[in-house]
Amino acid sequence: MSIPAQSEGPLVTKADAAPGDTLLKVTGLQKHFPIKKGLLQRQVGAVHAVDGIDFEVKAGETLGVVGESGCGKSTMGRLITRLLEPTGGKVEFEGKDITHLGVSGMRPLRRDVQMIFQDPYSSLNPRHTIGTIVGAPFRLQGVEPEGGIKKEVQRLLSVVGLNPEHYNRYPHEFSGGQRQRIGIARALALNPKLVVADEPVSALDVSIQAQVVNLLDDLQQELGLTYVIIAHDLSVVRHVSDRIAVMYLGKIVELADRESLYRAPMHPYTKALMSAVPIPDPRRKNAKSERILLKGDVPSPISPPSGCRFHTRCWKATEICKTTEPILVELRTGQQVACHHPENFEDQAPQDTVLLTVAKEAAELVADEVLAESAETSAAVAAEVAEASSEAAAVSDETSDSTGSTEAEAGAQESTDGQN
Amino acid sequence: MTELSKTGAAVGEPTSASPAPTSFLEVRDLKVHFPTDDGLVKSVDGLSFKLEKGKTLGIVGESGSGKSVTSLGIMGLHTAGQYGKRKAQISGEIWLDGTELLTADPDEVRKLRGRNMAMIFQDPLSALHPYYTIGQQIVEAYRIHHDVDKKTARRRAVEMLDRVGIPQPDKRVDSYPHEFSGGMRQRAMIAMSLVNNPELLIADEPTTALDVTVQAQILDLIRDLQKEFGSAVIIITHDLGVVAELADDILVMYGGRCVERGPAEKVFYEPRHPYTWGLLGSMPRLDREQQERLIPVKGSPPSLINVPSGCAFNPRCPYADIPKDNVTRTVRPELTEVGSQHWAACHMTQEQRERIWTEEIAPKL
Repeated sequence: MSIPAQSEGPLVTKADAAPGDTLLKVTGLQKHFPIKKGLLQRQVGAVHAVDGIDFEVKAGETLGVVGESGCGKSTMGRLITRLLEPTGGKVEFEGKDITHLGVSGMRPLRRDVQMIFQDPYSSLNPRHTIGTIVGAPFRLQGVEPEGGIKKEVQRLLSVVGLNPEHYNRYPHEFSGGQRQRIGIARALALNPKLVVADEPVSALDVSIQAQVVNLLDDLQQELGLTYVIIAHDLSVVRHVSDRIAVMYLGKIVELADRESLYRAPMHPYTKALMSAVPIPDPRRKNAKSERILLKGDVPSPISPPSGCRFHTRCWKATEICKTTEPILVELRTGQQVACHHPENFEDQAPQDTVLLTVAKEAAELVADEVLAESAETSAAVAAEVAEASSEAAAVSDETSDSTGSTEAEAGAQESTDGQN
Repeated sequence: MTELSKTGAAVGEPTSASPAPTSFLEVRDLKVHFPTDDGLVKSVDGLSFKLEKGKTLGIVGESGSGKSVTSLGIMGLHTAGQYGKRKAQISGEIWLDGTELLTADPDEVRKLRGRNMAMIFQDPLSALHPYYTIGQQIVEAYRIHHDVDKKTARRRAVEMLDRVGIPQPDKRVDSYPHEFSGGMRQRAMIAMSLVNNPELLIADEPTTALDVTVQAQILDLIRDLQKEFGSAVIIITHDLGVVAELADDILVMYGGRCVERGPAEKVFYEPRHPYTWGLLGSMPRLDREQQERLIPVKGSPPSLINVPSGCAFNPRCPYADIPKDNVTRTVRPELTEVGSQHWAACHMTQEQRERIWTEEIAPKL
């Protein structure tokens, strides 16, 4: 890519982040949308769309974000691109706090952070030609690419697999997949460092979906892009991501690298979500028992449940889940989970064994195999961890502290661990 | 030129020559065309299939391949003249339990619709009437076909809501659609379509608008209800995962025509059409090890006004040049039997396709 003006931006003081450096850091990010009522438009409540999430995105990686509709994943995407103003928390891009930057303050950063939108029909202005649409970032940022805007736009069009001669056509002349390519070309125009893609393929047909997924893949390799890809389709997310965050009701419940997450999900919600994906294999049609059916619907984000937000639908929920909110802690290398009773791992609150009544009901929908299996693996992992921690205890006192702490302290202890 | 094999059935009259159907539902050479200012849109162009009671047929294809038009055609929802002033042009034969629907008296079909055949639509919010309560809508559907008083019908509605898993059905029966969540609306719609115990249920993308966890609940429900009522089910979707879960037989549509049809196992494990290969290759899968790359189908689906001559798939087919004499671009391939109960429409020979599948495609999936 040759955009000479790139490094001349007044606020871009640093050189490009090397792969592995933290590009984006989010701490305690919150977004509450007020609900107003009455003549005076008094605030009567708030939709807790994003309610305290922490994560980092490293340069060169792809972070996938999954969750059901209404879990706050799109809001999160709009917060980190600062299309929305966060209610609380902090967003740092390349070490610079951008949480409350105004429009003009954000403008220099806009070239580094770009977004690909879900709906290729509404995200392109129908009255502008493709040339105008893809060239807009240059005009807005006052960048004059080598050889002129037209030449650069045509080059971008060919990069995303479109015919450069279509420069003067209008969006309606293109199919859904082609429009999504136009959106991608526009996002890439200024050679961004971070691309946030909100459901980039969900509006496309399967065969076209694969084309766009491959294109995103190729572009990342060629241009060294960093992606945050938000999607509800777990198989697509697995295909494109290095690390994956699972969101539920405005919180990240699990954040892990791809392999660990899909091989041994720790949060019961992750497990249920993955088991719900229909497997395109007719021979497994009768293997219904593996499926975990969740009862009912996602609770309202206006008044989310107390404690762990998943406790109303979880088959492992106990009293502590209702009262204490689990903190997102790294239980295994590269796998952060917020759960008192994780799957495939040692129970974080072993004293608390009495299931809630809702959990008993939920457990009826879960096959016995799943329950037995998880108990087995939990026990095995617990033994494994106990062994490891006794070794580690010699090195550090901290680990033995946390295993020895009482139930009530466990939460507080985890929180300090989490911050470390 | 390929139409020669078909007799006068194309005009829409069941000629005495066509033998009586043996299956519960039999569709023969169904064509649904829409005249537009730009030309004739051939949404469905010669589709035939059979379905027995208690079985599930999955129809897969991309948007614009004619899946939904087929289902609306079977339900007889095209002829009413809703697309402006022009009517759809429908020909062929649709036999439901011994009755030919296209030539039957409209009043006759109206009696069957809702009672013997029912439909679940994709978007429950636009399929349910916002002005009436869920209960009123179910009661209406029941009372049209059954001579019962309102009380009995209401009891029946509550019973159905309970059966589809709506909590507190006796209270929720008086709710309006906007008070329901997406999953609950879809359940309510399933309750409405099953209230008359239909023998044929058509589900048009029943879970596309829903989250995976809710989708799993709904698919489970459809499966259980089918077992309970023994109805024939047609499930229309673009998601191969969903058909694999539910369908006994699969019909793959492309450009308004069937390109492959057969038992689910055959279509997934021994597909014999390049388009089916493309669909299987473009899908990331959770049950397999991580693929390096997806294998997409190049290009985009054809316009239904100017369907490519010859095989409609030829501009996107990587193997279009294998058959001799440019035949893929001039002659439209007919469905030929490639195994027991398994048909595919491709010009390549059986051996060529078998070799390409086993050597080139299957190892990459």
